[in-house]
Amino acid sequence: MAEDVWILGIDMTRFGRHRERDPLDLGAEAALGALRDAGVGMGDIGVLAAGNLIGGNGFGQLLQKQIGQTGIPVYNVANACATGATALRVVVMAIKSGEVDTGLAVGVEKLSGAGLLTGNARREEGGHWVRDGRYGAVAPLDGRVGTETMPGVFAQIGMEYGYRHGGVDFELFARISEKNHAHSTLNPKAAYQKRFTLDEIMNDVMIAYPNTRPMCSANCDGAAAAVLVSETKLRTLSLEQQRRAVKISASVLTSDPWQEACQVLPDINTLTRQAAATAYEQAGIGPGDLDLVELHDCFATAELVHYDNLGLCEPGGAADFFRSGATWRDGTTPVNVSGGLQSKGHPVSATGIANVWEVATHLRGEAGDRQIEGARVGLAHVIGLGSACGVHVLEKSAA
Amino acid sequence: MQRVPLVDYLVLDDEPHLVAAECTGCGARYFDRRSACARCSGLAFRPVDVPTEGVLTTFTIVQFAAQGVEVPFVAGVVDCAGTSVKGNVVNTPPDPEHVTLGMRVRLTTVPVGTDASGVEAVGYGFEPVSDRADEHDH
Ligand SMILES: [Zn+2]
Repeated sequence: MAEDVWILGIDMTRFGRHRERDPLDLGAEAALGALRDAGVGMGDIGVLAAGNLIGGNGFGQLLQKQIGQTGIPVYNVANACATGATALRVVVMAIKSGEVDTGLAVGVEKLSGAGLLTGNARREEGGHWVRDGRYGAVAPLDGRVGTETMPGVFAQIGMEYGYRHGGVDFELFARISEKNHAHSTLNPKAAYQKRFTLDEIMNDVMIAYPNTRPMCSANCDGAAAAVLVSETKLRTLSLEQQRRAVKISASVLTSDPWQEACQVLPDINTLTRQAAATAYEQAGIGPGDLDLVELHDCFATAELVHYDNLGLCEPGGAADFFRSGATWRDGTTPVNVSGGLQSKGHPVSATGIANVWEVATHLRGEAGDRQIEGARVGLAHVIGLGSACGVHVLEKSAA
Repeated sequence: MQRVPLVDYLVLDDEPHLVAAECTGCGARYFDRRSACARCSGLAFRPVDVPTEGVLTTFTIVQFAAQGVEVPFVAGVVDCAGTSVKGNVVNTPPDPEHVTLGMRVRLTTVPVGTDASGVEAVGYGFEPVSDRADEHDH
């Protein structure tokens, strides 16, 4: 039986625009912060997993040159928006395998001003029709056969839930965004801390119906990092380190299994459901035990479907569940009390560790004004299109 | 005028339609070229005609897109008797009053443009089926 893995230290930079700082500055801040929080140094770290999608190759090695080159193995990982969770998962696996007792996971992105993220760039129009790619397309398909923009893809994912279960409209999605923006006002690390009224959200610039601009995740800069240790190692450390350590009671990564419609619209549901089911089994808990959830609200339309995918509500009942107030910070299952990706921001590779930081900070009782009182168990979820889903269940230390 | 389809899976005959590659092992259907079946890893595929009428199971109205893409347009997924097809909803105003979940639509062709040799490229979209009494059921 592989032993349990704990978060010994974890940190995130403020998310937002960091004009004067490059990805290495941000990554170093988060990594050094996590080491300080853990009370260990680079000499204690046995493995490094690092994610940075925009910055190019070998990010982990470049980061070592900023914080300590100790010769340990580096795994540079990439899994779209699940990159940070994947880095975390790599360290968890390394510790569970028994090869190392301490490891560091880091995720960084600089995305300010990146604009609209689309599936692929548009090719130049040529003088003659030439068949290209696996569809034999003679012209770019974005806009001619559906959309490749992320707001449009995720809009369809939310609307498809409405087709299957009913009770879904523009206002419902806007109210989800209203909640997350309201939550963000208590989070000093959020890129945006502005409360919006429902009218302001619905009347803002429409990007891809039903997602208006505030209902889309914010491109921004940021980094997050975590130091993980084995249970055996943790028991050799100080009582204070043991008291603040947070148990990773489940760590799961899935990809999307074949589904009929996943050939034409990404299916972010099936792999999340499978990840959640495995995570609850690993942790020996059910969704009813969760004191808070950070889930991947890259768009307001995505948050709705994940209530159902994570089993937070009755099957098909996500709209009613939200309307009951359950996911507001004073509800029965607070969701995205950090403000979520819509206001906290979404520096892609950092997101999967930042979500874990948020949950861990509540479990430690260190979340300040936005503390969910008495939080003992929480879940962090991310999705990277393609797809990859990471789910981590965290538990407060009993010590 | 000579015409070419926008994509290989669009057939431009008297009754334009889409053709899928169906796995002979499990029946899974694909519109792009596959090395093997994503569902069962089978290696053999046969071409099958996809029904041209179906139900709109989801959509979005894209107002903001990459440079060069005309907006607004309606992107959606159509359930063509069990085969999901990606496509735009055309020949109707791009607003939520005219485009609704569950509406019946049918395949139609859409001009893409003409190249330097005078060859016309033709794409496809889905238009509302207006001669049905049940179109507003959903
Ligand atoms: Zn097959």
